[in-house]
Amino acid sequence: MNIAIKPHEHEQHQLGFVRRYIFSTDHKVIGKQYMALSALMAIIGGFSAYIIRWQLAWPESSVPGWGPIGPDQYNAIVTMHGTVMVFFVAMPFLLGGFGNFLIPLMVGADDMAFPRLNAMSFWTQCVASLVLIASMFAPEGPAAAGWTAYVPLSDNPIYTGVYLGQDLWILASALEFASFLMGGVNFVTTALNLRASGMTLMRLPLFVWMEITAAVVFLLSVGPLIAAAIMLLLDRRLGTSFFRPDKGGDPLLWEHLFWFFGHPEVYVVALPGVGIMLEVMPVFARKPIFGYKMIVYSTIAAGLLSFIVWAHHMFVSGMDPRLATPFSITTIMISVPFAIIVFAMIATLWRSSIRFSAAMLFALGGLASFILGGVTGIFLGSQASDIYMHGTYFVVAHFHYTMFPVTFFGGFAGLYFWFPKMFGRAMNELWGKVHFWLSSLFFNGIFIPLFLVGIGGSPRRIYELSSYDMLKPLQPLHVIATVCALGLFAAQIPFIVNLFYSMVRGKVAEKNPWHANTLEWTLDSPLHHPNFPVPPRVYRDPYEYSVPNLSEDWLPQDQPPSLVEAATAAR
Amino acid sequence: MLSGWMPPNVSTFGGQIDSVVYLILYIVGFFFLLAEGLLIYFSISSRRRAPRQAHYNRGERPREAVWILVPALVVLGLDLGIDSAGHHAWELEKSIRPPSTIEIKVTAKQFNWEFTYAGPDGKLGTPDDVTVENDLHVPVGQVIRLSLNSEDVIHSMWVPNFRLKQDVVPGRAIPAWFEATKPGTYEIACSELCGFGHYSMRGSIIVQTADQHAKWMNDNVLHAANTSASAK
Amino acid sequence: MAAGAQSVSAIAETDHLREIPAGKMAVWIFLASEILVFGGLITGFVLYQFAHGGFAADAAHVKWRFGAFNTLVLVTSSMTMIMALASARADDRRRVRTYLFLTILLGCLFLGVKGFEYRGEFREGFYPSSGMFWSFYFGMTGLHAMHMMGGIVINLMLLIAATRNVSSEFLQRRIEYGGLYWHFVDVVWIFLFPLLYLT
Repeated sequence: MNIAIKPHEHEQHQLGFVRRYIFSTDHKVIGKQYMALSALMAIIGGFSAYIIRWQLAWPESSVPGWGPIGPDQYNAIVTMHGTVMVFFVAMPFLLGGFGNFLIPLMVGADDMAFPRLNAMSFWTQCVASLVLIASMFAPEGPAAAGWTAYVPLSDNPIYTGVYLGQDLWILASALEFASFLMGGVNFVTTALNLRASGMTLMRLPLFVWMEITAAVVFLLSVGPLIAAAIMLLLDRRLGTSFFRPDKGGDPLLWEHLFWFFGHPEVYVVALPGVGIMLEVMPVFARKPIFGYKMIVYSTIAAGLLSFIVWAHHMFVSGMDPRLATPFSITTIMISVPFAIIVFAMIATLWRSSIRFSAAMLFALGGLASFILGGVTGIFLGSQASDIYMHGTYFVVAHFHYTMFPVTFFGGFAGLYFWFPKMFGRAMNELWGKVHFWLSSLFFNGIFIPLFLVGIGGSPRRIYELSSYDMLKPLQPLHVIATVCALGLFAAQIPFIVNLFYSMVRGKVAEKNPWHANTLEWTLDSPLHHPNFPVPPRVYRDPYEYSVPNLSEDWLPQDQPPSLVEAATAAR
Repeated sequence: MLSGWMPPNVSTFGGQIDSVVYLILYIVGFFFLLAEGLLIYFSISSRRRAPRQAHYNRGERPREAVWILVPALVVLGLDLGIDSAGHHAWELEKSIRPPSTIEIKVTAKQFNWEFTYAGPDGKLGTPDDVTVENDLHVPVGQVIRLSLNSEDVIHSMWVPNFRLKQDVVPGRAIPAWFEATKPGTYEIACSELCGFGHYSMRGSIIVQTADQHAKWMNDNVLHAANTSASAK
Repeated sequence: MAAGAQSVSAIAETDHLREIPAGKMAVWIFLASEILVFGGLITGFVLYQFAHGGFAADAAHVKWRFGAFNTLVLVTSSMTMIMALASARADDRRRVRTYLFLTILLGCLFLGVKGFEYRGEFREGFYPSSGMFWSFYFGMTGLHAMHMMGGIVINLMLLIAATRNVSSEFLQRRIEYGGLYWHFVDVVWIFLFPLLYLT
C-alpha cells in the first residue's frame, strides 16, 4: 500500500520559481542541486590537486595560475584537497546526488519520506561548503593539519600557525556531518517504508541496497568523530586538555575516534559507486547480475565488518603492538565480501552480450581500477607490510585507486546512464567514449608512478623530495604523474562541453533508451511531480534480462505476469 | 621485482618484512592478473554480436554460486596465511626487543631529530648525557635500543633501509630497536605530517665499524670535556 | 523454464518494516547516531580513568547532592512526559498541556541547578581548562545541557501544538517522538551521573 497522497503535491506547478527550483523539496531537484554543488567543489578539489602535482614535479617553479607556493601553504592545500574531495565532492555526489535522485524512483515512491528535511540537508551542505571556502580566506589560511587533523598538530594553533582556519574546518565538517545525518535518516526511512506494493527487500535494485548500507554505516560511525570534533574545538578554544599531553591528554584518543569513523567512511563512499556499476552493467550486458543475494549479504557483511578494522590505520601509531595482529585479521576478513562482489560482477559479464556504451565503459573501467585498489590494500592491511608502506605514497596511490574509481568512473557511468532520465535528452556517446579512454589513460598514468614513489620509501604530504638523497631518483616519477594529471584535467573538457550542450541541444530522449528494467525507466523523461501518476506494482527483481522464450530481452519490474505469459505464448 | 624500487635492506628484521611484502605481491598479483584477465576476456568475448543473445544465468543455484564462493574462500585462506607470516615479522620488530647495552633517547621535534647518548657514566637521564643533532652514530652488528620521544606534535621515525617505522607521540616514550648489518649512512625521514617543516625533517643513521664507532664515541661522547659542549 | 524465474507475489503481502511509521523510524535512527556521540565521549572518559588511575581528587569537588537531585528531576520529567503521551492518547488536551508544561518546567529546573553548579565550580577555580577530569565534566555535561535545551524547545513546540486545533492522531505521534528524544536525554544523564559524580 502506497503512502497517502500529500495534498501539497498537486500545488507544485503553482509554486514560484524560488520554491520550485531553489528551496525545492522535490528529491529530483535536490539530487541535481547536490550534483551541481559537488561539481563546483570538485573544481576547488581539482585545482588543489593541480597545485600539489605541479609543486611536486617542478618544485623550483611557480605554479601557473596560482603563484609560488611555500611549504606551509602546501600543507594547507593538501588538507583542503583531501577534505573537499571526501566530504564535499564524493559524498554529496554519490549519496546526495544519485541517492536522492534515484532512491524514491527505484522503490516506487513519489518522494523521500521527509521532503523538507531533505531540502534542509542540502542547504546545510551548502552552508558547510561556504564555511569551508570561507576558511580559505582566514588570516593564517585554512586548516593545514591534513584531512585527518591529527593532534596535537591540529589541537594547538602554535604548531601550524593556523587559528581561525582550523576552527572553521571543524565547523564545516560538523555541518557536513549534520547534513548527511539528515540525509541518511531520509534514505533509510524511505527505502524501508515507502516501497511500492510488491517491492520486497530482495527485489530492490542493488544501488538502493548500497545506499541504505552506506547510510546506516555513516549514521553509526560518525558519532565518535562528532564527539572528537567537539573535544578538539573545546581544546582549541576553552583550554580543555582532551588531547594535550602536557596536561594528561592523549593524542592517540583522537586517532581512535577519527579512524573509528574514518574507515567505515571509505565504504560509505565506495558502496554507492559500486552500486552504480551494478546498475549499469546488467543493462549493457543484457544479463542478470550474478548472485544478487550473495551481493546483498556481502554488502551487509562488509558494512558490519567495517566497524572493527579501524586500527589498521594505526599499526605504527604507538598503540599497544599486541593489537596489530587482531586488526590485521579483521582487515583481511573484510576483503572476502569485497572479493565476492567483484567476482560476481565479473561473472555477470561471462556469456553476456555487451554493448560498450560510454556508461558501460566507465563502469567496467571503474571496476578494473577498483580491483587494483582493492588488492593493494592487502599490503596495508597486513601489519608487517604496513610497517614499510604506512605513511608513504603507496597509501596515496592505494586510496586513489579505490576512492577515485568509485567516485569518478562510477559517477560518470551514472551520469551518462541516467542523463536521459534527468534531462530528457541524450548525451553524445562518441564524446563520452573519448572522455572515458582519455580519463582512463591519464588516471593510471598519475597513480601507477605514485605506487613506485611509495615503494621507493617517500613519505606522504611532503612539499618536495630534494631533502633526501634516497628519494631524489624518484623525481621523474612525479613529473610523469603531473604530466598525466594535466592530461586528466584536459580530458574533462569534452565532457563539460558534452554535458552543457546536451542539456539544451541534445537529442530528445525516449522514455527508456537503454531498455532497462528498474522503475525510473517506466516514467516519462523528464520526470513529473508526483513521480508515479499511478502507484506502481512490482512483480520481480530488476535484473531479468535475456529471459528465454520472451519476445524482448528485458522484462521491467512492473510488467504484470499475465502480459508476460501472453508475450511468451505469442512466440 | 620490487627490490629495484625499495632501498636495500640492511637490518636484521628487515628481511622478514620484505618476505611478507613479496608474499603479498605474489598472492595478490596472481588474483589481480586473474581478475583483470577474466574481466578483459569476458568483455571482449561477450561483445554484442547479433543475433546471439546473452545467456540467462542468475548465479543463484549452488553449482553456480560455488564459482564465486570457492575463490573467495581461497582468498580468505591465503589472507590468513599472509597474516600468520606477517605476525612473525611484526613481532620481530615490534614486540621482541633484544637486550643491549646501547640505549639511545631519540627526540623528535619541529623540525629535526636529536639523539641523546648516555655519557661517561653509561646511564641515560643523567646530567652527563650527550645530545647530538640530526646524525645518529652506531656500531654495526649490535642491537641498538631506542626510546622515542616528541617535544611537540606526532612525528614518525622512518628508516627505509632498516624497514623501521615508528610514530613518535608526545607524552609517551615509545621503545624501538634495530641491528644494522652493513656500515653506511642511512637516511631518516619523518613520515607523519608535523607542520611546515615536515618535508625537510631529515636525519641520518651512520653505521660504523666497531673501531670507527669506538673512536667516534671517544671523541664526541665519552670525553668528559664534551659533556658540557653538547650541541643543543 | 517459466517466463521470468520469479514467482508472482501475493497481492496482500505483509512487510513488517513498512508498518513502522516513517517518523518513528527516523527518530530511532537519529537517536542511534546520538548514542554514538555520547558513547564516544563516555568511552574516552572511561579509558582515561584507567590510564590515569581515576580522578578521585578532582571528582571530589563535584557536589553529588546536586547531581542526585537533578537525576530525580529528570526521571520525574520523563514520567510527566509519559503522562503527556497518555493524555494525548486519551484525547485530554488540558492534561496534555499540563504535563508538557510540567516537563518543560522540570527541564528548566535541571538547567538552573546545573548553572548553579557551574557557577560554584568557577568560584572554586575549576574551569574546563583545569585538567582532564574537568575537561570531561564540562564537556559532557555541557553537551548534555545543550541537548536538554533542544528538548525544551521541542516540548515548547508540542505545547503550542496542543493549544491549536491539530488532529489527535498528529499530536499523539509528535508527542511520542518528542518523548523518545526526551527519554534519550534522560538516559544519557543516567550514565553521566554515576561516571562523573559517584567515582
